[in-house]
Amino acid sequence: MPSVEIRKRVIIVEDIFHEGGPVAAIPYRRGAILTIIKNPFAGRYVEDIEGFSNDLKPLGLEMARGLIDALGGDPKAIQGYGKGAIVGSAGEVEHGALWHVPGGYAMREALGGAMAIVPSAKKVAGVGARLDVPITHINASYVRSHFDAMEVGVNDAPRADEILLALAMTTGARVHDRAGGLKAADIKGEDGLR
Amino acid sequence: MKAKIRKIVTIVEETRTEMGRAIDPPTRRAAAVAVIENPFAGRYVEDLADLIDIGEELGDLLARRAVEALGVEGSEVESYGKAAAVGENGELEHAAAILHPKLGAPVRKALGKGAALIPSSKKRGGPSVALDVPLGHKDAAFVRSHFDGMEVRIADAPRANEIVVAVAVTDSGRPLPRVGGLTTAEIKGVDGLR
Repeated sequence: MPSVEIRKRVIIVEDIFHEGGPVAAIPYRRGAILTIIKNPFAGRYVEDIEGFSNDLKPLGLEMARGLIDALGGDPKAIQGYGKGAIVGSAGEVEHGALWHVPGGYAMREALGGAMAIVPSAKKVAGVGARLDVPITHINASYVRSHFDAMEVGVNDAPRADEILLALAMTTGARVHDRAGGLKAADIKGEDGLR
Repeated sequence: MKAKIRKIVTIVEETRTEMGRAIDPPTRRAAAVAVIENPFAGRYVEDLADLIDIGEELGDLLARRAVEALGVEGSEVESYGKAAAVGENGELEHAAAILHPKLGAPVRKALGKGAALIPSSKKRGGPSVALDVPLGHKDAAFVRSHFDGMEVRIADAPRANEIVVAVAVTDSGRPLPRVGGLTTAEIKGVDGLR
């Protein structure tokens, strides 16, 4: 499979102190790391693409570790995660699907294990497109306080022959979490759901 | 602090290739962006002293955050810029009060130097409005390789009664600069221009 050619790396970190309610004792922190790579399959239909997914694993791990560092460096502080991809207009959404395995594997590896499926979003779009990366609790998908999303994007990407790969992580519940449901404290932690 | 901060976002960008050419070392830039309450939203207030003081606070906070996100010493910063976006219930003059009288001194203090004017932009807009923060060399405004801009935006800000304030720093100029003009090697650094 082709090599991974990186054009650009972007890291975004949000510290959220409040959203009109009480100021949080510890700010809710949300971060994303984005890598803009060349799409080796742009402009033509290629049947056999799955191997590129393996080629992305080292990049995924580097991104997951980089994001944990940007969020303070402690993997144990990470409570929510998500991933996504924006494929440039000369590619297919299927190319973005190549990120499912390496993106998820990388975050589990870097976090020292996480049970819940990593929620994801992807699309084909033009330069400057924004993507809402869905976020859920790392060990139990049904934890309602941790359902969130982070909008990401880069004004000059993805070009037609590029893919923007994204990982997102959070350090807790939404800043004014009060919509009920399963709490993080009540997780059984057996099936990745509850 | 006089500033009532809802959120702080940091963004780091690293460009490793451009048009297939390696950028070595990569060009890097960072922005720190605060979302604050506009104390004068919705009414005409003659005396903007509080916003001027808020500008001083934010100059210090955002410059330190941006330099930290870039991961360099303040003295290694090469160019800088600032910008503000005022929510719909505020005036452009509110952005001016934050940016122009007092924000610059603490920024320069964080960098150790900064003989040049800090280039700026401002606008009024709604949530997720894009701010193009102009960038110029910190010691000599005429250095042509460092004229640039960095787009920043926050999906949920500014709300009507908020102001988004950004400080951007770099440790490099544009990728592959080749349009001539004053070079960094020729800087005298006395008048802030050359």
